[in-house]
Amino acid sequence: MTDHTAVKKSPAKEEPSLLPPVDVIEDSAGITLYADMPGVPKDKLHLHVEADTLTIEGEIDLERPEGIVASHIEVGVPHYRRVFTLSKELDSSKVSAELSQGVLKLSIPKAEHAQPRKVEVKVL
Amino acid sequence: MMYRSLFPRDWLAELDRLQNEVHNTFRLSPSIRGMARGGFPAMNVGGTPQSVEIYAFAPGIEPASLDVQIEKGVLTIAGERQRQAPPADATMHIDERFDGRFRRVVSLPDDIDANAVEARYSDGVLRISIGRKQSAQPRRITIQ
Repeated sequence: MTDHTAVKKSPAKEEPSLLPPVDVIEDSAGITLYADMPGVPKDKLHLHVEADTLTIEGEIDLERPEGIVASHIEVGVPHYRRVFTLSKELDSSKVSAELSQGVLKLSIPKAEHAQPRKVEVKVL
Repeated sequence: MMYRSLFPRDWLAELDRLQNEVHNTFRLSPSIRGMARGGFPAMNVGGTPQSVEIYAFAPGIEPASLDVQIEKGVLTIAGERQRQAPPADATMHIDERFDGRFRRVVSLPDDIDANAVEARYSDGVLRISIGRKQSAQPRRITIQ
């Protein structure tokens, strides 16, 4: 366990990263997560689900003309990273992701046994 | 302790970020239009001898709804980001993303050519390149 944490720790320390803003919406089918990651093309987006940890990572890839000198910077780190802990009722094997115009949409369905079920009340 | 991060292992990175933010804020000469730091969209501005490059980080916007204007040496980027309202039976657990109308203004250098502007939107980043006037380009003078 300690080894495992150490491995995870080192990349986060070496590379400062931006925390992408997210919206998380839950309905009866599961959780939908939207994350703003402008500048990240599809091939530079990395999603990992490991046990109950979801990691969203992406590299900003901008086309820059040669010899550009920055005069004002608000996005100073070309790297996004955010980690979430999933709960048990979510089915992490069925995560689906879409990336469109810098917005990542993740759908994490609830495991079948966790789907809401209506309990009928019998009136005797 | 007044402030405690939820993710203790990230506190160094967090501190770094804060330090950078403070550093960047004070290093720049303040503009008359104020510092819209943390505003939407975030912007990076840079230049080459031939052009001025502006990158606006505006994800998830219909390119048609973006309004880019240059008037009297001032560039304005305006638009609206509409978020889908969650269905009635859904719960919003985290709500951090920007929603609504936005407008940001950048003053441009004097030597730009307002007719040589190119704007592209890809991967959620609006890139505007504005050419500099030919007459303002550095010229090498040959000695006879």
